[in-house]
Amino acid sequence: MAKIKYLSTGNEACGEGAIRAGCRFYAGYPITPQNELTAYMSRRMEEEKGIFIQSESELSAVNMVMGASAAGARAMTSSSSPGISLKQEGISYLAGMELPAVIINVMRGGPGLGNISPAQGDYFQSTKGGGHGDYRLMVYAPSTVQEMFEMTYRAFGKADKYRMTVMILADGMLGQMMEPLEFDEDIKPEGETRKPWAMTGAEGREAGSVKSLFLGEGVLEDINDRLQAKYRKIEAAECEYEEYRTEDAEVVITGYGTVGRIARSAVDMLRSEGVKAGLLRPVTLWPFPYERLRELKGKGARFLAVEMSAGQMVEDVRLAVQDDPKVSFLGRTGGGIPSEGEIVEKAREKFTSKKEK
Amino acid sequence: MSTTFKKPVSMRDNVMHYCPGCGHGLIHRLVCEVIDELGLREKTIAIAPVGCAVLAYDYWDFDTMEAPHGRTPAVATGVKRVLPDRFVFTYQGDGDLAAIGTSEIIHAGNRGENISVVFVNNGVYGMTGGQMAPTTLIGQATATSQYKRRPEKEGFPLKILEMMALLDGVVYLERTSVHSPKDVLNTKKAVKRSFETQIGNKGFSMVEVLSPCPTYWGLSPVESMKRIETEVVKEYPLGVIKG
Repeated sequence: MAKIKYLSTGNEACGEGAIRAGCRFYAGYPITPQNELTAYMSRRMEEEKGIFIQSESELSAVNMVMGASAAGARAMTSSSSPGISLKQEGISYLAGMELPAVIINVMRGGPGLGNISPAQGDYFQSTKGGGHGDYRLMVYAPSTVQEMFEMTYRAFGKADKYRMTVMILADGMLGQMMEPLEFDEDIKPEGETRKPWAMTGAEGREAGSVKSLFLGEGVLEDINDRLQAKYRKIEAAECEYEEYRTEDAEVVITGYGTVGRIARSAVDMLRSEGVKAGLLRPVTLWPFPYERLRELKGKGARFLAVEMSAGQMVEDVRLAVQDDPKVSFLGRTGGGIPSEGEIVEKAREKFTSKKEK
Repeated sequence: MSTTFKKPVSMRDNVMHYCPGCGHGLIHRLVCEVIDELGLREKTIAIAPVGCAVLAYDYWDFDTMEAPHGRTPAVATGVKRVLPDRFVFTYQGDGDLAAIGTSEIIHAGNRGENISVVFVNNGVYGMTGGQMAPTTLIGQATATSQYKRRPEKEGFPLKILEMMALLDGVVYLERTSVHSPKDVLNTKKAVKRSFETQIGNKGFSMVEVLSPCPTYWGLSPVESMKRIETEVVKEYPLGVIKG
């Protein structure tokens, strides 16, 4: 099979991944550091006879996606942190209506307007529910430009399969850096694309309705039970993570996305100093690899959680290992990026005895 | 013997939740009559608002969808762009359209989205207990304008159609009422013209219907109709605003 190979930014790789997945509706609003994606879709959607709309707001963009999805299209919007906050209303409705959608968050520093540097401060918002009500998003955390493409591509199949929002949680570094991107020339959309539930006009069938208002006594509770059952199924089937040198690791560093790749180098540096270090990089942030972390703890590992936040995913790491206070944390905020050296220093401080020092 | 009156095919045979004297039931029916007459039932996707008409899908026998409060025209935009050969309309109240959704309606109009909008203006938030709307008249008491609406504190009645008339993307705007049989017929005509505007791919159109809310106006149904005739139409003049 012929391969297409070129240098791409992460943002543009997401756009191409979406196009190759059969996404034919994109609505977005300008915000840094994801503007390359919106610009890319402005060009590519027209080439593919799809629909591109620059909306008047983030709210409007996510609601356009809601309408497009209800009408049966594979639809996507993207933004960066402050814009994703605005989309939370729509994300909750998408969950209530059980509509598939793909949303890219190229995170930047916060809170507030923050800055435009890479950050990972939206972990809670993405994995614990940023909008109202009991719902979950599937959250993928790419760490390379190639993964920006692949995860966006796969997200559409998952979104349709489970009729829910799948979020790609990236950051400004992954969005804007360039790396080689490679994919099969004739890659086809994944999964079932027929949608018998879509609102397309009641021709030859009973009239239908896509909604999230359920006033009858007990009806909403039944719907929530069904949603939760779906989420349990996803937890059992869809959790993904990558491990590096964990076979005999006494110190396991956890980190996702950009931090995942930095931590990988830190593991090598620690190994060269004789510290048995390894990396667990969650690929899905929800579902989260609690089970695997528990196993590693059972094998005697101690943990260092590294994030570009004040400490968000570390709560899940601690939860996985029964709130072990020995889970150490290293975080940088406001656009700060932890270096390999910082990670190594922290691991030495926490896990090497004074005598060895 | 010929039939002179029957339930529209597009209308479900359900008891409505609307209060006695409310205009929504009547306007729902007019919409259904027009859909029947234009043969649109099997091509229609209607977007319901948040407000009293949120349960419209209980009464309409065609495909429907809800939208978050005020986002109705954005949702309609998504549906119509994906299915340009289907018929898409929004049905919105004055809280949905003229307050929380002002941005969405203006930009859908400005983009010239080929959709139809039925805008029901009764000057209050009915669903939540009769609060002041942007369309509430000066001097009108509501749950949240207990000293009666004063321009210096609560601002002025918002004339959405007159604002929308300035937009190049908007092709047809008309304001009607349902306070008399003649006005009911005019409303139906305007709704039909709006729907035909979309079928002819001419672009964005909207009909504002002045409608009674006896419950939160504190009047009887008959007094409410009189109030539209004597007071409301002075603030919101009837007729074609554009097109």
